[in-house]
Amino acid sequence: MRNPQLNSHGELQHLLTIDGLPREILAAILDTAAPFTEVAEREVKKLPLLRGKSVFNLFFENSTRTRTTFEIAAKRLSADVINLNISTSSTAKGETLLDTVDNLCAMQADMFVVRHAASGAPFLIAQHLAAMGLEHIHVINAGDGRHAHPTQGLLDMYTIRHYKKDFTGLTVAIIGDLLHSRVARSQIHALTALGVPELRVIGPKTLIPTDVAQLGVRVFHDMRAGLKDVDVVMMLRLQNERMQGALLPSPQEFFKYYGLTADKLECARPDAIVMHPGPMNRGVEIDSAVADGPHAVILPQVTFGIAVRMAVMSMLAGN
Amino acid sequence: MVMPDAERLCLALAEHLRTGLHPDTALVGIHTGGVWVAERLHAALGLKTPLGTLDVAFYRDDFSRSGLHAQLKPSDIPFDVEDRPIVIVDDVLYTGRTIRAAMNEIFDYGRPARIDLAVLIDRGGRELPVCPRWVAHALTLDPDKNLQLERSDAGVLSLRLIDA
Amino acid sequence: MKIHIKNGRLIDPAAGIDAQKDLFLAAGKVAGIGTAPDGFAANRIIDASGLVVCPGLIDLAARLREPGFEYRATLESEMAAAVAGGVTSLACPPDTDPPLDEPGLVEMLKHRARHPNFAHVYPVGALTVGLAGERLTEMAELHEAGCVAFGQAHLPVTDTRVLMRAMQYAATFDFPVWLQAQDPFLGQDGVAHDGEVATRLGLAGIPVSAETIALSTILQLARDTGVRIHVTRISSAAALDMIVAARASGIGVSCDVSVNHLHLSDADIGYFDPHANLVPPLRSGPDRDALRRGLAEGTVNALCSDHTPVDDDAKQLPFAEAEAGATGLELLLPLTLKWAAEMQLPLARALARITSDAARILGLAAGVLAPGAAADVCIFDPRGSLKVTRESLRSQGKNTPFLGRELPGRVRYTLLDGHVAYENGR
Repeated sequence: MRNPQLNSHGELQHLLTIDGLPREILAAILDTAAPFTEVAEREVKKLPLLRGKSVFNLFFENSTRTRTTFEIAAKRLSADVINLNISTSSTAKGETLLDTVDNLCAMQADMFVVRHAASGAPFLIAQHLAAMGLEHIHVINAGDGRHAHPTQGLLDMYTIRHYKKDFTGLTVAIIGDLLHSRVARSQIHALTALGVPELRVIGPKTLIPTDVAQLGVRVFHDMRAGLKDVDVVMMLRLQNERMQGALLPSPQEFFKYYGLTADKLECARPDAIVMHPGPMNRGVEIDSAVADGPHAVILPQVTFGIAVRMAVMSMLAGN
Repeated sequence: MVMPDAERLCLALAEHLRTGLHPDTALVGIHTGGVWVAERLHAALGLKTPLGTLDVAFYRDDFSRSGLHAQLKPSDIPFDVEDRPIVIVDDVLYTGRTIRAAMNEIFDYGRPARIDLAVLIDRGGRELPVCPRWVAHALTLDPDKNLQLERSDAGVLSLRLIDA
Repeated sequence: MKIHIKNGRLIDPAAGIDAQKDLFLAAGKVAGIGTAPDGFAANRIIDASGLVVCPGLIDLAARLREPGFEYRATLESEMAAAVAGGVTSLACPPDTDPPLDEPGLVEMLKHRARHPNFAHVYPVGALTVGLAGERLTEMAELHEAGCVAFGQAHLPVTDTRVLMRAMQYAATFDFPVWLQAQDPFLGQDGVAHDGEVATRLGLAGIPVSAETIALSTILQLARDTGVRIHVTRISSAAALDMIVAARASGIGVSCDVSVNHLHLSDADIGYFDPHANLVPPLRSGPDRDALRRGLAEGTVNALCSDHTPVDDDAKQLPFAEAEAGATGLELLLPLTLKWAAEMQLPLARALARITSDAARILGLAAGVLAPGAAADVCIFDPRGSLKVTRESLRSQGKNTPFLGRELPGRVRYTLLDGHVAYENGR
């Protein structure tokens, strides 16, 4: 079965997941993103690449932040951006996901940016478009369930490359709620594809997915041991509803054992960078002193995120 | 067909420009060959304003047909464009589409006082109303030929004619 | 009506027959094998040269979707699928809407299913009212209405005290109890086998322990109550090991597996194929291989289609939101033949799992071709094939992970009580 995000020439048709993408395509996206970073400093922060194209932000799950970054990226490429926030309750009233897609296709959409609570929803859309003969419409996954958040994974790679230049000598640790994290899954696939030799995940057993080691990571439950000599610390967000109950006893205990503090960060290399996909829970997964400290590159991540999304949209539109 | 010597053409082009420049004039080379020529001119003319470079890939009119090209270079305009005279420098002038893209891009940085065009070779075949102010050498080529500026490892520029 | 089926390869697993023999049918019964009974004058001769003649297939689980889900399938559509698949008897699970928990519903279903071209229907009654796991149904009344066993489809009885009492009550009348083993808490919200595939795809997992814990409860209560227990749709190697061990300790327990779990594993979810959303979930490759061996050896007693037609609106959804289940009546024979070929099994042994062995679990004197037995016969071309497409399926449900595949075997005739109910595509 052909990877549904590649076209018959092996080019990126949709961006649905980083899983299975060759290193060359990932490197090409990062290379393409570099010149886009400079656009933000111009008098006119706009490029004409997507002029006349309609980009639909199709958000079945609310996320102002992610939607905004995609909106800015599309607008800087001169696209017409239409935002649709479709709560799952309204689709439950009758119209299915694919009904919605069919309607928007009839409005001459060129690109869908899809956020959905169910893993795989963007694949369903891409497969449906193929079945309808609408291959010219591109789909970008802006986060599906626990499955993938590929543009976040790519902007994280851009950030790491910006600060560390080369992936092939790095030790990287991903910390926190991996079980529910689409960000972590995209990071793991990207880091392994780009040749990171030592990739660790750290968290309590309740938050580590079954058989995750088979994705190419080493599992640690002791944060200090896991942070030893790492170059890159990637924190994950802990959702409020998971902070107490059967997964974790309390946010306080989680912070004590798995929250990133200056003290624990000393186990990492002196020049380690600290990343977080946002929004942060200060005092739950990360201490303010670290979040605002000299190791943090959390705000540059946001800036690079726009350029990476511009690069992805331009590459898809051109393929 | 014997191609003229590119290094000598650069010197000739610099002499053409010398008289027509304002003290604030900035040179902007178009990637990749135009940047090499602009570097030569910038050194020969001893300009104060730093050299600008453009990769017009983001402004090309054939994007929807052929997509983004690999190996994009960042554009770098290290001066204020507003009210400044600007000279776009390119190696070979052909259809004029690249120059149109370059002018569009420059306007996204600000409103220049004027824009002129200096090219090493004008090979004819224009598809847009673009006219260079300075040309080092003019010739006519068949559409099935491509004229390329190349730079050796030692940094020497030369022109090469290849089949399109 | 007297029918002479000649020149076929007759396979009757129960009698150990696999030979070129003619079959003679009269008055809805098998009248003779090999040689014609005295004075037999056929009204019709069916030439079965190159074909296999075997007992009509018996499917232990086929959802007909009546009552309640007629927008998904109707008795007419699914019965057409059954005879096209060579199936002459089928058990239907109680998860209709309303569930089969009242004698009137069962009588209505039996009445609706009474048609010469419809397979014999054997309803499995609800073990608890509304399948809610709280109150016992009127099992004796339901039995009189036609229920052959009692179960919960794939729904649990969470309260173990209710489960024990339901088994005790069923054991009082020696009614068999059919249960699927899945712990409701460990299985909660899960949609795929808890393993690397689910982790990679970000699908909520159902661990194997969800099956083994529930199975342990079922087996221990079965031992204590003495009920005749049948475990439906086992999915893991660990569950099969437990069943084998339970038998060794003297618990009389049978079990079945679905055609999907016999051929597929969680890897077949691929890129979120909603057709691979099944209950129980498709397990790992080693689990599937253990089930394939178990069915060959007979530790897994029977194979069923677990036929579950689902309409496109409920299936064309993101994986976790799609309704579970796959259509299967027409795939039962082809997938049995595929398994037999891959395992290099004698055809008679493979066919036993969907004829005589299945009949034994149902408590029926069917699935055999002995003189005097009902003339339910399947005649198929073992060298033919079935391309599974939306168009080729007669079931109203077009939902199967085997869509697009070419499978071995093609049913040519299906006879019900000595009457030709299906013939060469009609």
